[in-house]
Amino acid sequence: MAKKSTKDRLNNEVNAGSMADIAFLLLIFFLVTTTIVEDKGVLVQLPPWSDEEPDITKLKTRNVFSVLVNANNELLVRGEPQDIDDLRENCKEFITNPQKLENLAEDPKKAIISLKNDRGTKYIAYLEVYNEVKAAYNELRDDMANRRYGKNYEDCTRDEKKTIRTAIPLVISEAEPTNFGEDN
Amino acid sequence: MSKFQKKRGKSSPAISTASLPDIIFMLLFFFMVVTTMRDTELMIEVKTPNATELTKLEKKSLVNYIYIGKPKPKYQETYGTNPRIQLGDKFASEKDIPLFLQQHKAKIPEVQRGGIKTSLRIDENVKMGVVADVKTALRKSGQLLVNYSAKRRAEK
Repeated sequence: MAKKSTKDRLNNEVNAGSMADIAFLLLIFFLVTTTIVEDKGVLVQLPPWSDEEPDITKLKTRNVFSVLVNANNELLVRGEPQDIDDLRENCKEFITNPQKLENLAEDPKKAIISLKNDRGTKYIAYLEVYNEVKAAYNELRDDMANRRYGKNYEDCTRDEKKTIRTAIPLVISEAEPTNFGEDN
Repeated sequence: MSKFQKKRGKSSPAISTASLPDIIFMLLFFFMVVTTMRDTELMIEVKTPNATELTKLEKKSLVNYIYIGKPKPKYQETYGTNPRIQLGDKFASEKDIPLFLQQHKAKIPEVQRGGIKTSLRIDENVKMGVVADVKTALRKSGQLLVNYSAKRRAEK
């Protein structure tokens, strides 16, 4: 009889009641330490370094869309002050040149965006301009993708993307900043 | 009456909690997988600007981070309030960038080195002077894929 009772005890399962507590403890630890950081941003391809400054004066002025941002974060687009909100539309008009005007780009392939800023320009202003230019190009590429393939640029295959990219290449030339407004 | 009593008798066993650990473990594994331990402690304040044209950075191991911003209050006594560059977990200047990039590159298999990206996490109030210096340093060391870290902003 006594033997049987020990056998019974051996057959008993280990009490798993505290398992949940242990799991909870670990769970709370990971909950606290977790930072689900999604790193997103504006992806940019910098031009390779060369010792001589690229000379944009050789280009026809009608093909250059120059954007200057000064130390007060004000915009000067092709020699005229402008609001950041109008930049995207103006940029699109410059690239496509729907009315074939004399002073806008001959062809999207030849269009060049030239950015210049002061050392005192705030980073947020610079990024906003960059963002608007990129948005203008993305919208044009989307338009073209919709016209040609009936879908958004994002959903195109690699070859289709490449065709669009060669038709509307994104060329941004960034000049070295001028030494204004950096007092610190 | 007798019907009611019968029902009460049936419902008396408590809900089994035996599957509770399994559920908790499931949650636990989820959080264990998505957790990325912070390997660098930020010594500067970075509030990234908002933008709309965002690209998601994938393959975390191929990304190196450069932070620029105002030192946090507890470091301001030693480092002042001017924007500083942080590489890894210490303050640095743009002259340290080539070495920093080289050290990161050495950890990555050769075939994947073309895909290395630099994530610039820059505070929105930093002046472009510092940023331009960093950009020049990056270009000189041949690191041309750069991501200006930003938050999503609703389209206007």
